Amino acid sequence: MRALLLRDLMLAIRAGGGFGLGLAFFLIVTVLVPFGVGPQTELLSRIAPGILWIGALLACLLSLDRILALDWEDGSLDLLATAPLPMEGIVTIKALAHWITTGLPLVLAAPVLGVLLSLPIPAYQWVVISLAVGTPALSVIGTFGAALTVGLKRGGLLMSLLVLPLYVPTLIFGAEVARRGAEGLTVQTPLLLLAGISFGVIALLPFASAAVLRINLR
Amino acid sequence: MSLWEYANPVKFIRTTDKVLPWVWTLAGLCLVTGLVWGFFFTPNDFRQGSTVKIIYIHVPSALMAINAWLMMLVASLIWIVRRHHVSALAARAAAPVGAVMTVIALATGAFWGQPMWGTWWAWDPRLTSFLILFLFYLGYMALWEAIENDDTAADLTSILCLVGSVFAILSRYAVNFWNQGLHQGATLSLDKEENISDVFWFPLLVCMAGFVLLFIALVFLRTQTEIRARRTRALLSREGQA
Repeated sequence: MRALLLRDLMLAIRAGGGFGLGLAFFLIVTVLVPFGVGPQTELLSRIAPGILWIGALLACLLSLDRILALDWEDGSLDLLATAPLPMEGIVTIKALAHWITTGLPLVLAAPVLGVLLSLPIPAYQWVVISLAVGTPALSVIGTFGAALTVGLKRGGLLMSLLVLPLYVPTLIFGAEVARRGAEGLTVQTPLLLLAGISFGVIALLPFASAAVLRINLR
Repeated sequence: MSLWEYANPVKFIRTTDKVLPWVWTLAGLCLVTGLVWGFFFTPNDFRQGSTVKIIYIHVPSALMAINAWLMMLVASLIWIVRRHHVSALAARAAAPVGAVMTVIALATGAFWGQPMWGTWWAWDPRLTSFLILFLFYLGYMALWEAIENDDTAADLTSILCLVGSVFAILSRYAVNFWNQGLHQGATLSLDKEENISDVFWFPLLVCMAGFVLLFIALVFLRTQTEIRARRTRALLSREGQA
């Protein structure tokens, strides 16, 4: 399992594109928003937590088809399937690799981009915490979407359509944590619910992803 | 004699052929009676005026939008467990009907909301969860269309239906988080004291029965069509090989 994780990380960093792509997209979204809504500081600081969450979610979505598509094309997914590793383990590792290459950089970049959106000071920690808790769920759900559409020629658009409604609860609770943090309210309830969603999908969804992948490899 | 006999496509088509005219007639009767009764023979609400009559389309379509997904969930489970093709095809047949019901519920809700709340749309928990449900229908149908192999498509969509159901329920509770919203609470429950007045309730009941029957008729018909389309394809491919 560790070998597979290392291989995926190496590929993401060395093969170019995958690693920086999400970050670059995140940067573009946050830079474009002030151009779109105008540079008033108070307006920006009010919508900043939501923008950061939406940007992170879209950046995540953009990189989803890299999770499995490349391995599907060159046939290494078939080899992995015949390996002694259970399919559930493979998809979990894939999701973990996706999180390390996309989710983690997003979490680290969020406070820097928060400056551009004049994020209120108390919100910084909560944006980082909510993203850190929520992005694993995005990666795991995304792996399910990628597994569903892996065999399709143009699966990208379909995958977005399938994954977006699945992202709704995570986005609602994550943005709620960030918003309440920005306004100085207590964040405990949405944060616990967000953590619940994350742990829930990490525990259960790999089984669905593995089942779907087995069907697609049949 | 068990329910599973209808998993045989021939038996399914023969039985539904016999039942369908009755269901169509009953659905038509219920709809005409309910709608005419509701539109022309009930009093206007003292605050809402005549807009209250939207209820005779809005509530039944919303009811069927949710129950169509439930039916798809049950059919998907049957496909996963027992692998009856009729079940998978019935789930496929129900999806567009459910999607249309969702659109009707959303549209009539907007027409109703405009005079009553002063807005076509609000990010109210009920409205939002219906919009999400509509997205689920779209994704489900798109996945069916995108995959060429029938069995693979049936497998993948049924798993999507299961996972989607869990997330649909999650979203329903997540959007509750914002606020209570504009939409009223349940006024049609059987166990509550304060309910809708009987004057509106009885025609509404007939309309709901009509929509249920209409849904059953449409799903039977569309399932038959799917079965026949699949047969045609099988025959054509056999001819192509010969």
